[in-house]
Amino acid sequence: MALTVLLFASWADALGPSIALDLPAETTAGAVLDAAFAAAAGRALPKPLVAVNHVYAKPGTPVRSGDEVALIPPVAGG
Amino acid sequence: MRTAIVDHPLDPTALLAEVASTASGASTLFVGTVREVNAGRAVEGIDYSAYGPMAGKELETIAQEAVDRFGTTHVVVEHRVGTLRLGEASIVIAVSHARRAAAMDAMRYVIEETKKRVPIWKREHYADGTREWVDPSAASVAV
Repeated sequence: MALTVLLFASWADALGPSIALDLPAETTAGAVLDAAFAAAAGRALPKPLVAVNHVYAKPGTPVRSGDEVALIPPVAGG
Repeated sequence: MRTAIVDHPLDPTALLAEVASTASGASTLFVGTVREVNAGRAVEGIDYSAYGPMAGKELETIAQEAVDRFGTTHVVVEHRVGTLRLGEASIVIAVSHARRAAAMDAMRYVIEETKKRVPIWKREHYADGTREWVDPSAASVAV
């Protein structure tokens, strides 16, 4: 499936506000992260967490077509 | 309880007034501001950006956790996004509670959890003209 992943901060600076990834129909947050790092092609970027539908996901969390998926680089609010 | 991500200057006094209650014996107010030095570098301003829908939801979750843990509904939090100058407030947390210890603990809980969990990022503008995203997880960050 084609999945659009939202990017922020240093990831957005490097790759734009989102990237389109081609993933198997049944995939996981961990696989999304691996595919995103592959798309980043060796750029030095901090390891992000993955959010699925506005909730932090674990590596094994399923990702399905239509989910809102985002990479969350280390946060620095406050 | 109320939380918000806003793009205008914050008014700490207004938030303090919002949590006022005759049932409360203590009010606490936390104001996070833009500091002039970070990790030894002169800072001139900070861009704050957020993943809006998730940041709003996460901030609300944290405030609700504080309500549940510390037993007061008088918790108000606003976080600002956009470009802030030195000294401007990026976050204001106001809590009131019957007892002072719980008022202070609840306020601290909200700021510590916000720094860990809310998807907001800051890019510092340095005096030498460069700009960098702040990564608190990086080993080189000074206290």
